[in-house]
Amino acid sequence: MKSFLAKRLGLSVLTVGLAAIIVFFMTRILPGDVARQSLGRQATPDDVEAFNKLYGLDKPLLTQLFNWIKDLLSGDLGVSMSTSRPVSETLIPALGYSARLAGVAFILIVPLSIAGGILAAMYRGKKIDRAITVGGLSAAVIPEFVSAMPDDGNGGFLQNIWHLLLPSFALLLVLFGYIARITRAGVIEALDSDYMRTAVLKGYSRRKAVVKHVLRNAMLPTIAVVASQIPYLIGGLVAVEMVFNYRGFGTVLLAAVGGRDYAVLQSGVILTSVVIVSFQLIADILFAVLNPRIRQRISE
Amino acid sequence: MSVTNTEISDKSNAERLQIRKERLALLRANKAFIIGISILGFWILCAIFGKFVTPFAIDEQNYEFVSVAPNGTYWFGTDPNGQDVFSRVIVGSRLILVMSFAATIIGTIAGASLGLITGYFKGWFDIIVMRLLEAISAIPAIIIALLAIAAIDGSSPTLTVLIIAFVFTPNIARTVRAAVLAEAEFEYVAAARLRTERTPHILFKEILPNVMPPIIVEFTVRLGYAIFAIATLSFLGAGVEYGSPNWGTQISENWAQIFNNQWWPTAFPAIAIASLAVSVNLISDGLLEVFEI
Repeated sequence: MKSFLAKRLGLSVLTVGLAAIIVFFMTRILPGDVARQSLGRQATPDDVEAFNKLYGLDKPLLTQLFNWIKDLLSGDLGVSMSTSRPVSETLIPALGYSARLAGVAFILIVPLSIAGGILAAMYRGKKIDRAITVGGLSAAVIPEFVSAMPDDGNGGFLQNIWHLLLPSFALLLVLFGYIARITRAGVIEALDSDYMRTAVLKGYSRRKAVVKHVLRNAMLPTIAVVASQIPYLIGGLVAVEMVFNYRGFGTVLLAAVGGRDYAVLQSGVILTSVVIVSFQLIADILFAVLNPRIRQRISE
Repeated sequence: MSVTNTEISDKSNAERLQIRKERLALLRANKAFIIGISILGFWILCAIFGKFVTPFAIDEQNYEFVSVAPNGTYWFGTDPNGQDVFSRVIVGSRLILVMSFAATIIGTIAGASLGLITGYFKGWFDIIVMRLLEAISAIPAIIIALLAIAAIDGSSPTLTVLIIAFVFTPNIARTVRAAVLAEAEFEYVAAARLRTERTPHILFKEILPNVMPPIIVEFTVRLGYAIFAIATLSFLGAGVEYGSPNWGTQISENWAQIFNNQWWPTAFPAIAIASLAVSVNLISDGLLEVFEI
């Protein structure tokens, strides 16, 4: 188990590192001059030179990359190119807001989707099954901003909860289909298995057998798919936050795109990939803990 | 030796035809698939011929009829610029369809080629490419696209297409690689190697036809995501020119009107996006069922 953890952790760090390199080169190598775009077209060559010096853009590319990663590792997210204030000042609170929204969405989405998947599996081939699988996946492909219903009120506590619930519904529509479908497949496989037959032969009621045996096994693929949907959840936040005028991380990134603030963009994107990779790591570990077969293979 | 080979390939060709026929029959009987194909077909017709049949020119502004509710003349009403919403929705199908098909085709070709090569050769090349692809997919597609659009400072549709193709490549490569890994174990691949066929022949003539089903399904799934991504990007104001007849742009320009109870300039393009996305999903769903993957 220890070597498994070390290996998975190493791979995750490698993935984030590679992502950092890709992001860095996307902002530097793609045509377009960072300074010119930040300062606007009227900037004099002197302005550009001063700007480059200030943000270290006059150094060789590899040095810049090295410095950026070194700063990131020490927790320094850099200085915003448009406001000249530390990036962490805007990005960290925004991340908190988004995490709250994503958290509410998650608490809403995961149980509902799993329940939908179990329901579909128990009524396999019936109308309710078709409605959940076809309807769920159809809703999943509709962009969040299309299904989102904006409201423009603000105020008290109830209103605040409402402000978190409304955007969550849009995210729910997108994610419900995938998670429900995978849960359904897992439950169906478990229902058809030998241990289920044994449990029924032992005299368990169908309900008890499902709760005791099926769910535990059906949860494995569900955990994997929930983790794999995290990138979509975060990507979806950008559009949803814009519709609901929610001051989260997506709004900050979008503003950074508009203002060509590469410092905010780079660090923001890397934080995103850290979040995503961490969730995948957690899913992998949960997977190993829940599935004795994998646990055994690891310890052997 | 050569005789047996032709016999084997003849037989497998006949079998292949038979399977293809059965699959087509299954598809024709699949209600969801037929509905999906019909809706997609409708939008493709609109994209090709829409310009010639709409009641109003898309940039025709009628200042006497600003923000008019749907009626006999303006079926879907008019927007705050006095433009006919119906005409703009019909013509708006063109850009998103062309962009999403182009992005998906490029991404599929790139991803399938990478998947074929990495799955067949394995080794260090495979390891490096797979690590890189994993790193790319650790960043949400929309965010990569926004980043690239900011870096290049352009809102050109061509650029958006290339970026989305780039973002989709890892997913397609991974699917194809998994299929190729299984396929490379079969004897026909070893046989082709014994016949000293050139590698491109083995990859594209021998293995590729056998991994087509997952590629086709992945293509339709990605097409759905491409529609999703392009609509979202144009809604966020990136990736297409401002003011172009485009559903996402139409929604972002008009959605604040909802608070004035003017739902029509937003609702109709929204329904259009939803119907297109759902139609592609129904198609990929039908294919998935028929190919039994």
